[in-house]
Amino acid sequence: MAFVQLENLGKRYGAIDAVVATNLSVEKGEFVSLLGPSGCGKTTTLQMIAGFVDVSSGRIVLDGRDITHAKPASRGLGVVFQSYALFPHMSVQDNVAFGLRMRKVPNTELQQRVARVLKLVRLDQHAERYPRELSGGQRQRVALARALVIEPPVLLLDEPLSNLDANLREEMQFEIRRIQREVGITTLMVTHDQSEALSISDRVVVMQAGRITQIDAPYTLYEHPRTEFISGFVGKANLLPGARDAAGVVQVQSGGDLTLSLRPEKIDLRDKELGRLQGNIVSRFFLGSQWLYGVSTSLGELSVVRRNDGSAPLAEGTAVGLDWDAALLRVLSVDEVSA
Amino acid sequence: MSLFASIRQGRQGYLLSAPALALYVCLLVIPLLLTLVLSFNVFDYSSGINGNAYTLDHYSSLLGDPYFYEIFLRTFWISGLTTLLCVVIGVPEAYILSRMGTPWRSIFLILILTPLLISVVVRAFGWSLLLGADGLVNQTLQALGGSPMKLLYTPFAVVIALVHVMLPFMIIPVWTSLQKLDPAAEQAALSLGASHLTVMRKVVLPQIMPGVLSGTLIVFGLAASSFAIPGLLGGRRLKMVATLIYDQYLSELNWPMGAAIAVALLLLNLLIMLSWNRMIEGRYKKSLG
Repeated sequence: MAFVQLENLGKRYGAIDAVVATNLSVEKGEFVSLLGPSGCGKTTTLQMIAGFVDVSSGRIVLDGRDITHAKPASRGLGVVFQSYALFPHMSVQDNVAFGLRMRKVPNTELQQRVARVLKLVRLDQHAERYPRELSGGQRQRVALARALVIEPPVLLLDEPLSNLDANLREEMQFEIRRIQREVGITTLMVTHDQSEALSISDRVVVMQAGRITQIDAPYTLYEHPRTEFISGFVGKANLLPGARDAAGVVQVQSGGDLTLSLRPEKIDLRDKELGRLQGNIVSRFFLGSQWLYGVSTSLGELSVVRRNDGSAPLAEGTAVGLDWDAALLRVLSVDEVSA
Repeated sequence: MSLFASIRQGRQGYLLSAPALALYVCLLVIPLLLTLVLSFNVFDYSSGINGNAYTLDHYSSLLGDPYFYEIFLRTFWISGLTTLLCVVIGVPEAYILSRMGTPWRSIFLILILTPLLISVVVRAFGWSLLLGADGLVNQTLQALGGSPMKLLYTPFAVVIALVHVMLPFMIIPVWTSLQKLDPAAEQAALSLGASHLTVMRKVVLPQIMPGVLSGTLIVFGLAASSFAIPGLLGGRRLKMVATLIYDQYLSELNWPMGAAIAVALLLLNLLIMLSWNRMIEGRYKKSLG
């Protein structure tokens, strides 16, 4: 049996189903992200696991113990909130020590554990400060340290990075992953940011309208999105009509009854008259490491990403040919739920 | 921007605040100074106030007479008890209020504020109807087979009516500071193993202390100088400082003595409130900034 197990977990608010019969198994030491647009039920799921929201149906099993109706305090989980939820009237040290004081840990051991975890999150220099004297990233670390110090079986992260600016967010992503690896703690993170979910998770759970629509490792999820929604939500995708040829190989075909997904970076730009499809460049965006072109074709406008290799970019209006490896086309199934 | 900058630098700032300043000087500073001067004037029962002669007699009789001590002491313990009761009732009430859903919160907030629209005198009479010898409370007691109790004209009546009147002044500042609380902080404390009681004691209360402090200052200040409620519910015997001043002015016609008592009340009130403020603020300043 998995370390954390959600069995047919559901939550109803009046007539609204926030989470519908959700099943999920998380192994010990795994980092799993719940990814989805706002209102998809991912935060509700996390709050049910934390014990802040009552469960309407189903079970939550932690390490063989049914915690479906246990009080938050008795679950002993580490929770990091979107707002960090630090205690503003306590120093960093006291914030971190709070959980240990509640557990009546003897003072010498408490001091040691607080010092150790503050070192882990690289805040040992700021132990005496108050939350208002810290930057956003530092507050985030305090919240993480406060959750980790009680050595919880599971760490729950609720949109932990959404209040940080872009550069810091990237840095903290790696920081969270480093700490998670170092401690080896089972972690569940809620996020609406697909790049965040892809870069630091072992597995990503995509949620839509209260249901799980795909669970896969980040690379598999990106390369084999199951539905149209997922292909568009996780990374960028060109949607093309297609059909199977005589040999049973999927090919792009105007009027075909399959929906195919082709990632922008998997399309090669050729000279005109070459390749599988002809088009004209209608827009051009510079993204630093790459160029994003909009190419208008007989199958609609396609996005094409080309690495910035130092050569001159193509001008808008240039006629180009598009080519791709047919093996990289993915057949999408129809969305069974609307986001 | 440049307009505000020039106002801040130039004389326009003083000019613009002049009306308010004039009002403040005319209605507060001058009467206070006159009262202060009056308290040093010589008074004689046969010839009245002598505006040209000055004496410290009123202050020395204030300091020398245990009768005054008793009244000052009573005023402060009644005000202190009122403040304490307002904290005990008002803080949980404000907390519950802040946790209510959308329609109910506004309804209950208005319910708490509406008594302020009714005159204190009317409310005091209401209490005297309830607590009087033939009042509703005593009628009920007798109907249940008990013997009637003396409720009106006791400190009990004064305190209960003062708490009733002062409660909104406690609830509003506490409610305001509760609004600034992050509800997730309470969840965080729960997840870290704290009981609901511990969350209140260690997380909520310390954060709303500034609100409780303002509430206690307002309530104590108003209660210690209150006049209508002690006058109507305390009666002739149970004097408080404000009713004593009234008697000095209007019954004894000894204005300088009344002024001296008023000045003493003002100073004592200031002393108590400032040291209370210092004590609480000192304890929480470091953590609440």
